[in-house]
Amino acid sequence: MSTITYDLPAYRFPARWATPLTWLAIAYLGVPLLGSDYLFEAILLPFLALSLAGLGLNILTGYAGQVSLGSAAFMAVGAFAAFNFNLRIDGLPLIVSMVLAGLAAAGIGLVFGLPSLRLKGFYLAVSTLAAQFFVQWALTKFSWFSNDSASGVIDAPQLSVSGFAFEGPVGRYYFALTVVCVLTLLAYRLVNSQTGRNFIAVRENETAARIIGVPVLKTKLLAFAASSFVIGIAGVLWAFAYLRTVEPAGFNLDRSFQILFIVIIGGLASIRGAFFGAALIVVFPLVLSRLGSFLLGDIFNSGVLDMSQRIVLGALIILFLILEPDGLVALWDRIRKRIGTATVRS
Amino acid sequence: MTLAFGALGSAPFPPELQEHLAGLDGPVRRDDERQATVSDTVLDLVGVTLSFGGVVALTEIDLSVRRGEILAIIGPNGAGKSSIINVISGVYQPDRGQVRLSGRFYAQVPTQQLARLGVARTFQNLALFKGLSVLDNVVIGRAHKTQSSFIEQIVGLGRARTEQTDARSRALDVLDFLHLSHVGDRLAGTLPYGLQKRVELARALVAEPDILLLDEPMAGMTATEKNEMVGFVRAARDRFGTTVVLIEHDIGVVMGLSDRVAVLDYGRKIADGTPDEVQRDQRVIDAYLGVAPENEDGEGI
Ligand SMILES: Nc1ncnc2c1ncn2[C@@H]1O[C@H](COP(=O)(O)OP(=O)(O)O)[C@@H](O)[C@H]1O
Ligand SMILES: [Mg+2]
Repeated sequence: MSTITYDLPAYRFPARWATPLTWLAIAYLGVPLLGSDYLFEAILLPFLALSLAGLGLNILTGYAGQVSLGSAAFMAVGAFAAFNFNLRIDGLPLIVSMVLAGLAAAGIGLVFGLPSLRLKGFYLAVSTLAAQFFVQWALTKFSWFSNDSASGVIDAPQLSVSGFAFEGPVGRYYFALTVVCVLTLLAYRLVNSQTGRNFIAVRENETAARIIGVPVLKTKLLAFAASSFVIGIAGVLWAFAYLRTVEPAGFNLDRSFQILFIVIIGGLASIRGAFFGAALIVVFPLVLSRLGSFLLGDIFNSGVLDMSQRIVLGALIILFLILEPDGLVALWDRIRKRIGTATVRS
Repeated sequence: MTLAFGALGSAPFPPELQEHLAGLDGPVRRDDERQATVSDTVLDLVGVTLSFGGVVALTEIDLSVRRGEILAIIGPNGAGKSSIINVISGVYQPDRGQVRLSGRFYAQVPTQQLARLGVARTFQNLALFKGLSVLDNVVIGRAHKTQSSFIEQIVGLGRARTEQTDARSRALDVLDFLHLSHVGDRLAGTLPYGLQKRVELARALVAEPDILLLDEPMAGMTATEKNEMVGFVRAARDRFGTTVVLIEHDIGVVMGLSDRVAVLDYGRKIADGTPDEVQRDQRVIDAYLGVAPENEDGEGI
């Protein structure tokens, strides 16, 4: 008995880190060797930005149990704040404007998180819609945010960190990848801390949480702030690294739903879930369009594609909610376990 | 309150009433009794009345709990037992009356301060955090001791680290004490009911409370599990000097475990005394035999 408990930590430490380290090696070393520009521009960059947004929403919805339909608004705040900090403060390093942008999104998130102190579930979700509409309205209405550009569409600044420019699709990929890795590590630390346990306690039983001394109100607001911080930075990546332009239109309610779906399909309250979900959301339309035009030829035009995407995605979400509420992550773990026992047996 | 004088010693009354009562007795006895009461009760309910819409759950409840005793509250379903614990823990706000805790009177006990006031509780219907491991469910019982900010916790140095190690080692100790070490890694929601009840006790105990409120901790348990639980409750009191307020239906358990028993019926306290005294009380016998108390028509449920 005592030998077993003694041996455990020494054995578990490397095992726990083996998978993430493998993925990191593939992402940093393997992918750039193999990938084409198309892979980076159309798949990996949106994947990274959406994964990060999903990660942020998962802190709030998955861990702390507060439903939000305002994710795209917080992305927009992040993107426009970073643009303006960068534009209006001379010589401000990009990383600093990104952190400030995250803080701006956190601040707005905090404000729109205030209703969570009184509202729950469906009612809270509806109240977060206010963030969605208000932010989009403000960004369109006040052209100062877009530096008075006539079209409201502006070019994103170059991605450079202390003199080193991340150029081209691969450069922007490395930039986004590094930002995502750092924030993922921070999020991982957060959800495994006392604060992370407080999130889950508030989600599962507010009264019990309050009784054992969890500061419930503070915990909820913190979840909104931390989540919006991460989502804000995801917005910066979306605009600066993926699209290379900053415009309010891309951060609409559809995007908010997309991020919510990423979290539901990937797996609530799981760090990996956001990546699984984002991978599916990004890759699935491409697969569908290839498959559609291969099977149906010209009939499968963009209108049909768009409609079939929505139908299949809707069906997928319903299926996941019913059959696998813990998302792709749970599915993946189950498959892996089965393969594991199969190989052990043979 | 005027109902059950016969079965009572004077100590169970709150200080004010105690003084008043003592004034009726001889002067020699008064001084002794008063001092003993003031220093020895850790929790008092004074004239607590609670209703939900038209339903009166508690009527003029006076109750005093002495340091280090195990007080059982018994009574039929719907008598108001859980309501008493919910009033003490601030989950319900009484219409009238007060709760005295750590020497202060509260019209509503501030729930978010409860742990810091030295009170921990369990729930009649389990209130574990099902998505956390058993160990984490107990670790989080130290939430009221957390001082570090979330940024310190992310960095994981300094006091955040000390708090984390401290909470973890205390939680492991409590799991060991309650023979739960073997399930520490399991998700709390996956345990059998009896073990979940025990994890709730662990989460309450790790806070090192002065007062432990247990709402039917043995309900739904097998005889063996009940015996174990009785042992744990008694051990917790003997080891940490914790005062225990316990709601329990099993009269055998109650009589064996508690120092004092309060009996509720239709939201009124109808008896309060040692197990022996209460067992001989006619009113209690009536309530348990299902004979309706004559003066309470239209009240209660
Ligand atoms: N939250 C509540 N809302 C409405 N009525 C309640 C509530 N809690 C308790 N009651 C009522 O108060 C009375 C006492 O309930 P309770 O304290 O749970 O009894 P016990 O624990 O002795 O079975 C019952 O009539 C019950 O229906
Ligand atoms: Mg009850």
